Amino acid sequence: MNKIKFIAIKEVRHILRDSRSLTIAILMPILMTLLYGYAINLDVKNIKLAVLDFDKTRESRELTQKFYNSGYFARPSASSDISDPERTLKSGDANIILTIRPGFASALTDLRSYELGLLIDGADANTAAASFSYSGIIIGQFLESKLPPGAEMPGVVISQQVLYNPDMKSSHFFVPGLIASILMMISALMTSVTIAREKETGTMEQLLTSPVTPVQVIIGKVLPYIGLALLDGILVILFAVFHYGVPFVGSMWLLLFFGIIYIIAALSIGIFISTLVRTQQVAMMAAQITTMLPSVMLSGFIFEIKNMPQVLQYITYIVPAKYFLLIIRGIMLKGSSLHVLWTQAIFLVALTLILLSIAVKKFELKIG
Amino acid sequence: MENAVVMDRLTKRFGDFTAVDEISMQVKKGEIFGFLGANGAGKTTVIRMLCGLLLPTSGKGSVSGFDIYRDSEKIKQSIGYMSQKFSLYKDLTGQENLRFYGSVYQLSKGDLRRRIDSLAESLDLREFIDRLAGSLPVGWRQRLALAAALLHSPQILFLDEPTAGVDPVFRRRFWEILYRLAEEGTTIFVTTHYMDEAEFCQRISIMHRGRLIEMGNPQELIRKYQQITLQDLFVNLISGKSTDE
Repeated sequence: MNKIKFIAIKEVRHILRDSRSLTIAILMPILMTLLYGYAINLDVKNIKLAVLDFDKTRESRELTQKFYNSGYFARPSASSDISDPERTLKSGDANIILTIRPGFASALTDLRSYELGLLIDGADANTAAASFSYSGIIIGQFLESKLPPGAEMPGVVISQQVLYNPDMKSSHFFVPGLIASILMMISALMTSVTIAREKETGTMEQLLTSPVTPVQVIIGKVLPYIGLALLDGILVILFAVFHYGVPFVGSMWLLLFFGIIYIIAALSIGIFISTLVRTQQVAMMAAQITTMLPSVMLSGFIFEIKNMPQVLQYITYIVPAKYFLLIIRGIMLKGSSLHVLWTQAIFLVALTLILLSIAVKKFELKIG
Repeated sequence: MENAVVMDRLTKRFGDFTAVDEISMQVKKGEIFGFLGANGAGKTTVIRMLCGLLLPTSGKGSVSGFDIYRDSEKIKQSIGYMSQKFSLYKDLTGQENLRFYGSVYQLSKGDLRRRIDSLAESLDLREFIDRLAGSLPVGWRQRLALAAALLHSPQILFLDEPTAGVDPVFRRRFWEILYRLAEEGTTIFVTTHYMDEAEFCQRISIMHRGRLIEMGNPQELIRKYQQITLQDLFVNLISGKSTDE
């Protein structure tokens, strides 16, 4: 236990003495937050639409059909319970909920005024914006086809309400993704490089002829990076909340808890990489390819996973950032509790345990 | 006299390549043992196996009476290791490096301070102990590395080409230190390319392509093969072997 502490203290010394790297580790997250501030606009397909049809008429079914046939909307999975709209959105079972109250058909024939309900999950600003405009067009077309030519638009209005991110600001949407990728970068990249450095310079060999075990070395070396990663995460969140006005409605402790699990997953990847490479240079490149890119590209941060080719969608299952992104968006923007996040939580914990055990096995093998 | 190091048909293969081929020998306690061989002869592999950095493929071995397969943690407590490459932390000062290793060997604060003091005195480290290790000239670095290897007063010191790239004056000093350590009872297992250094050893062994081809007292070996210097003996033995094969 003591030896781990001494190794950690030595590592902190290395970090503090390398002021250039330390500056980068602290400034880069802030810089990235600024850069990503430019909105990212992308086409959205397969938005999960749940329909609560209380009218149950031919017309209401036709409208529902029109949504699903448009190619932009998909049905929620059969198993999901959509009776409680807010829960449905929180769990991510649907991104948008169309409520057709009784009287829709009769309102169409009588040309009475009527209100269609549209509930949109704004946590993902891209999807929300797309849902908003697509549904407007689909409903408009539907009304046009139902009414006699030349007739005035009846009193059907769409009552839309965007939950969790009412302004559909993309900053609300990218900040959680940014935190996910920065934590991954600091943890995986910096640990793989620091371990590779000890191998490259021969200090690891020297250290292992002294009475310390490989596991003690690894734990001691990565501990300071958990701290550094958390510090960065907190910096970005503070910056996001005070500069962009991103809300933080959920539990900070829950986020901290998942943050640490996610950091351990990232550290495991870093340790694993360090066992495969000999030099810091290669470690850096390998870490970028295996952690930075997937956590930006394959996590749902920039590109929607459901719009990806099937093969890539399968790959996303082993990207820890995918689960952490859903968790952090849920906690920050929607105030989700463990109650709704448990599937992601199980996946993240399982993936972390697998990565950690592979890393430790591989590291011990390499030394033995 | 007890044996500090025992090897019995110790073998290490990397895939098809046999780096160390059934080596058997003993090193006595308090002996200065020179381990010679051309580059790539397998010397470093032997040392790595003895220090617990590498598991042998087959054969037996013990260091300080501890089995190299089972008791590598106990071995580590009783040996000091210094490699040809400077392997302390260059971004830490000499003092910080020594303190770190002292803490790893779990020396108490007082013991560690006294030990660093006495090593600084005997190895003449005082003037540069507070400078970053990376900024020191090679000879000074090697002295610092030796200090780190000696902190916990090991029974056996493994030195893998400790004087490579070091000036003759310092090499002489370095060997004086080794002699003093041996007199105090420390066993010294050293590889070197310098034949004048090898003559300082009580016994030497010559390794060639993973095998042990000769072993004994340097002077006796020179007489046995009717050579004038150890250099000639070494070159003739190695090149003789090479043409045989």
